[in-house]
Amino acid sequence: MLASVLAACGSDEGSGRPTLNWYNFPDDSGALQKAADRCSQASGGRYRISYNKLPRAADGQRQQLVRRLAAEDDSLDILGLDVTWAAEFAEARWIREWTGAAKQQAVEGTLRVPLQTSTWKGKLYAVPYNTNTQLLWYRKDLVPTPPRTWAEMLDMAGALARQGKPHFVEIQGAQYEGLTVWFNTLINSAGGSILNASATEPSLGPPAVRAAGIMRELANSPAADPSLSNQMEDQNRLAMESGTAAFELNYPFVYPSMKANNPELFKNFRWAPYPRVDPNRPARPTIGGIDLAVSAYSRHPDLAFDAALCLRNRENQLTAALEGGLPPTLRAVYDEPAFMKEYPFSAEVLAALESASVRPITPVYQNVSIAVSHTLSPPSGIKPESSVNTIREQIDDALRSEGVIP
Amino acid sequence: MSTRAQPAGTPPSPGAGTEQTEPDRAALSAGARQERRLGWLLCAPAVVVMIAVTAYPIGYAIYLSLQRYDLRFPGQAKFVGLSNYGAVLSSPFWWDAFWVTLFITVVSVVIELVLGMGLALVMHRTLFWRGVVRTSVLIPYGIVTVVAAFSWQYAWTPNLGYLAELLPSGEAPLTEQWPALWLIILAEVWKTTPFMALLLLAGLALVPEETLKAAMVDGATAWQRFTKVMLPLMKPAILVALLFRTLDAFRIFDNIYILTAGAHGTGSLSILGYDNLFTALNLGIGSAISVLIFICVGIIAFAFVKLFGAAAPGAEVKR
Repeated sequence: MLASVLAACGSDEGSGRPTLNWYNFPDDSGALQKAADRCSQASGGRYRISYNKLPRAADGQRQQLVRRLAAEDDSLDILGLDVTWAAEFAEARWIREWTGAAKQQAVEGTLRVPLQTSTWKGKLYAVPYNTNTQLLWYRKDLVPTPPRTWAEMLDMAGALARQGKPHFVEIQGAQYEGLTVWFNTLINSAGGSILNASATEPSLGPPAVRAAGIMRELANSPAADPSLSNQMEDQNRLAMESGTAAFELNYPFVYPSMKANNPELFKNFRWAPYPRVDPNRPARPTIGGIDLAVSAYSRHPDLAFDAALCLRNRENQLTAALEGGLPPTLRAVYDEPAFMKEYPFSAEVLAALESASVRPITPVYQNVSIAVSHTLSPPSGIKPESSVNTIREQIDDALRSEGVIP
Repeated sequence: MSTRAQPAGTPPSPGAGTEQTEPDRAALSAGARQERRLGWLLCAPAVVVMIAVTAYPIGYAIYLSLQRYDLRFPGQAKFVGLSNYGAVLSSPFWWDAFWVTLFITVVSVVIELVLGMGLALVMHRTLFWRGVVRTSVLIPYGIVTVVAAFSWQYAWTPNLGYLAELLPSGEAPLTEQWPALWLIILAEVWKTTPFMALLLLAGLALVPEETLKAAMVDGATAWQRFTKVMLPLMKPAILVALLFRTLDAFRIFDNIYILTAGAHGTGSLSILGYDNLFTALNLGIGSAISVLIFICVGIIAFAFVKLFGAAAPGAEVKR
């Protein structure tokens, strides 16, 4: 079997047209495959891009990439990295720095916040492919005007509960990265951050205590779904679609899903900006998304830089947005009439992206995230002051890559 | 492995051990020596494979456990002696996971032993459809653990699962430590009781019918026949079943991984090792955890073999 695989690779090399292997999240919409085909075509015979699907869950994706890169596997060329991995992969010397013309092209017209996620120690290590941000989704039949702040939202949920109407606020409360994202959004919205600017030590402070307090308040109010402490994005979506919730803080993928699964509720399904912590300070939702990097072990790095730029060009980002629901990283796409028409919340997404925050940029992000999510789980058990102190100690350990993670 | 300890030139005759005397060795014919070399050549691949798949990884894990080795900081790898072990053993996460693992192991094995014994007795005495009964009992053991774990997870998730519907509304048992631990134990018991029952059934076959009849004639009650006759005769089978299951249960991973992923204080030692190796990419700490689990498993096996081992299969029973 090995022989036949080798022969297959060899024959392609023999024809003088190298295959670039692109590893990215599994896309069901067909947009990624389409982009790979288009770029293979556009390369004029210089290369062919083969799109390989990584596992569905982010942890599984990271594990597969890490396993292969640690083994110096040269069959990987273009890597679709979650926005939190670029620093880690760069520090481990698994991905190449972007320089010269390629860098120029990667930076041009790209939104500022997504670009932060591909930068480590002042150098660019990836190009933002797509971004993502959460909005507040709500049911217009229950809530005529959406809440502007967390306090308002909890009041509304309480009022709905008293009337015996659906009233849950669906959010990611399980002990995983989603919980860290929730905390990160709240702490940034409250004017703080998890790490200091140079990512050398925890900053936390009073905004962190405030953020933890809001999480605790939600968990102990009628707004909390009974499964809050086991819920991830998809359970949130299902709960909203089944009609037990009034609010949902989630990514735009819930919109086409609601349209397909519950057309009746879809008529009343609306979106609004992420709720604020302070009435006079905009919310700073945490961005997600994918950055494309070039493997350090690729045999065709120059072609791979070229191909990565093609995969995220205007046309392909538009397809990914319209077919896969993924918000683009090129500012210009947001002015595209076709996009504005098909993506009704494009203005809210763009506004959110401009004030958005990023997750702590550090090679030990995984440890930081685990320290946060482990300490703040379950949200109902948070003791704001002491929980934040625990997080500080664990992050201190993590930054020195010492200690056991839970 | 014992053949490797033999001095070169020992004849390959079966039964001949290291007691070979000097004159015997001198008398070894050229043909016998050649045959012996052939024997070595024939078993060499197996030896090489054994070393490659067992000795090498274990040795490498021990080597890594003595390093500060984080995959993300390749330049900082260095020898640190036993400090990784110190970090692990002084970490509350290790001890939390240790007690959780011990609790799951002891409780699930005890329940499995009792239930398995019951099932074995039923299967032993069944007169009708014996084959059907024995096969159907084995079904849970035949289902892939991860698949079964997923169905347990869905079953206990409110709004999705039928078992969660039986609870008062608003209960989400997998989100709290104690209910989740009991559900993990339930999933383990459900999965492996058939295995236990099968091993005990083999033990029941060791009990001669005549002995039981003789006990009955002597006026022994059913309980007395069970405790005074059957259990002592079944002791070797029971010990083997307990040893297998204890070692297995101590390494519990899949059920926890699917049901709670170790959240809410339900993580076992294997989950801890996995998280440190594959999520934190900290090979030093992760290997130290693996080695410590290996030592724990070794201690359990040693305790079973040495302390209760007098009646292990193959050993002489002292009367």
